[in-house]
Amino acid sequence: MIEHDIATKRASSAFPPASGILSAYDPGGFWCEMFGAATDPAMHTREIVERLGAMRMAELDRRARAGEREFLNLGITFTVYSDKDEIDRILPFDVIPRVISARDWKQIEAGVIQRVAALNLLLGDVYGPQKILADGIIPKELILGNSNFRQEMCEVKLPLGVYVNICGTDIVRGGDGQFYVLEDNARTPSGVSYVVENRHLTRRSFPDLMQNLRVRDVSNYGEKLFQALLELAPANIPEPQVVLLSPGTYNSAYFEHIFLAREMGVPLVEGRDLVLENDRVFMKTIAGLAPVHVIYRRIDDNFLDPDAFNPQSMLGVRGLMRAYKKGNVALANAVGTGVCDDKAVYAYLPRIIRYYLGEDPILSNVDTHICREADGLQYTLDNLASLVVKPVGESGGYGITIGPHASRAQLDDCRAKLIADPEAYISQPMVALSVSPTLCNRRIEPRHVDLRPFAITGKSTWVLPGGLTRVALKKGTIVVNSSQGGGSKDTWVLEDDA
Amino acid sequence: MSRLLSRYAESVFWLARQIERADSLARILDVNASFSHDSSGSHNWESIVTLYSARAEFLKRHDAFTADAVLHFYLLDRTNPCSIASAVALARENARALRPLISTEMWGQLNSFNAKMKRLRRPDIAEPKLAKLCGLIKQECQTHFGIVGETFYRDEAWLFYEIGQNIERADQTTRLLDVKYHLLLPPSAGIGSPLDVSQWGALLRSAAGFHAYRRLHPTGMSPVRVADFLLFDRHFPRSILRCLDAAVAALAEMRATYDLHGGGAAERQLTNLRDRVAGDAIESVISRGLHETLDWIQIELLRTVDELGYAYFGVRPETTGDESSQSQSQSQIAAAV
Repeated sequence: MIEHDIATKRASSAFPPASGILSAYDPGGFWCEMFGAATDPAMHTREIVERLGAMRMAELDRRARAGEREFLNLGITFTVYSDKDEIDRILPFDVIPRVISARDWKQIEAGVIQRVAALNLLLGDVYGPQKILADGIIPKELILGNSNFRQEMCEVKLPLGVYVNICGTDIVRGGDGQFYVLEDNARTPSGVSYVVENRHLTRRSFPDLMQNLRVRDVSNYGEKLFQALLELAPANIPEPQVVLLSPGTYNSAYFEHIFLAREMGVPLVEGRDLVLENDRVFMKTIAGLAPVHVIYRRIDDNFLDPDAFNPQSMLGVRGLMRAYKKGNVALANAVGTGVCDDKAVYAYLPRIIRYYLGEDPILSNVDTHICREADGLQYTLDNLASLVVKPVGESGGYGITIGPHASRAQLDDCRAKLIADPEAYISQPMVALSVSPTLCNRRIEPRHVDLRPFAITGKSTWVLPGGLTRVALKKGTIVVNSSQGGGSKDTWVLEDDA
Repeated sequence: MSRLLSRYAESVFWLARQIERADSLARILDVNASFSHDSSGSHNWESIVTLYSARAEFLKRHDAFTADAVLHFYLLDRTNPCSIASAVALARENARALRPLISTEMWGQLNSFNAKMKRLRRPDIAEPKLAKLCGLIKQECQTHFGIVGETFYRDEAWLFYEIGQNIERADQTTRLLDVKYHLLLPPSAGIGSPLDVSQWGALLRSAAGFHAYRRLHPTGMSPVRVADFLLFDRHFPRSILRCLDAAVAALAEMRATYDLHGGGAAERQLTNLRDRVAGDAIESVISRGLHETLDWIQIELLRTVDELGYAYFGVRPETTGDESSQSQSQSQIAAAV
């Protein structure tokens, strides 16, 4: 009895303050999304921690497996192709939610809206008067020499002046508890379908965990997106036709295309379903050609129109750019937004925000060394073993060298690449990514997470109160990309923190 | 105005046909294993290959018409576009393209049906396990039909489903009837013998019509009556005439309700076929030759499918080859296999 009391006391004074199946959980010194830090314990998750702790492990595990089966059966999957076979994989789903306090969300939301505003102003400027270049805020060649810069877009007037209608901002939390933006995905950010489907799954599998908690709804994303797309339609069209343009069933994000088309109630078309007549876009229906006014395209610029870009493209629509330039059809996102995805342009974003908005950034960047600049390169070479080196044009977590985890040979290889082509790289200090309790092999262990909120911009910007929390399932790793063995979590934004 | 993409219409049409085909094939394999025997009492598997005019394809892969070879060819062989595995995989691929249009339940069931088919290996199709396996396939197909009935939104896409399913079903019934009549009609001495009766019984069972037939004809099993039943019975879901009625009705509704006039040629073609079948009688069919009549029906169905392709699926007449109406157009298949 006395021993029991002592054990309880120790548990209550220890960090994290958890019982039951969470009692052995140890965040290992990282900031924890469930528990905060020993010096700054999270208060908004107390109820959830209690409910979770009271569950039996066998039960948690059973529900987790049932959930994965459900995803597979419903085809909430991405497809991996090998020589002859196709394998449907699910994005591994961790059942323990990542919970964001109302206070934190307020900052994230305002920060994302600010960034999207700055990106749109930047694009309007670089495809217009190019004042920011003339004023020397960003090096000219960084924009004009960027492979994602589209000369065709210069002087094209866009509906509402908006280039980035859908933006996904990758955010991490450091050991100091602060949020940092890792990158802006301003081309065709994916993952929002998982945000909604993860929530559906949680609602079905863990009604007891969610009951009476004031978690903000994520199910109206499709409606909001549709509304914003309608706002882009050419003037004087009584009932604009919106379509979603997909590369087709072979695309690894095909599920998401289906999801979005369904949520919006619009046709999912492929390039072969569209045709141009007199610089207007039509889709081939059983009743003949039907006009199309707004295209949410999930095809990269390069493949959009074989007449304007890659002539080999089988996915695109011949002549689409002509219709677009004439304002006969709207594209979301606009052509040429890839300049802002660039990790070197990212490094300038705090300066870009100040330049256009006259405000300090609400969300910080990770300190970034631009290797195209002599100082940046020297610093990177001198501190290679402690830095993360990233290629500027890649996405999906490819080509990254994580100094502290790299072997001698990998570092040497990285050094050689930096010297040969410094403009292709940036480096950043290694962020001690926050962790979140994650079910791993019938144990609950800390795993690193990030967050991708989604922002939709038509006449104004709206941020989905939630986001894709990606989790690095492999112990110790910090790369969360699905192509590199990452999974995802349901992300709960609380209505209030009481 | 209809906003249904031509590509979707074509996929719906073929999805219905592919599952109907898988269902028919499972019935035929099952019945053949349970009831059909040749004169020496062993199962005659060759007749099934003949039924689907697939001898050449079969002999490219196998030397003899053994149970093992035929069952593999029709159940598992994904290089055979007419196997159940292929039909289900193609149906699933069509459903995948149609996911924005169809219900989640409809997709989910086809997806897991296909996954079950993919898990099957040679030992799973051995003759002793065959009845159970065919039962499972039939059940999956019927679950599909049930889900479609309960969840498919009744717009023009639904009409393409109806047309596809009924054209395929009519075609399957002609083949079923043809092979028995053509190959198994025994020399005159054998007519009415116990063996003959069991074969016609098996034929009815593979069309799930044995009990319905018995309600009409409590005694006896005459080839003429069975043929009459499968051709002309307007109450039997798999009779050719009933299928033609349903497909004609769907085409008419397309014009009347959805103002789609492009399918006029297909509608005329099929209505004409239906009217001629409806005005026929089994005696005159037999005297003209059952095989010839069934052949003619198959050809008329193919022509209807061609007309549908020109009218709605964006198929151009000059690209139509001999095989085009028997299977999905190349662009569709390329995306699937």
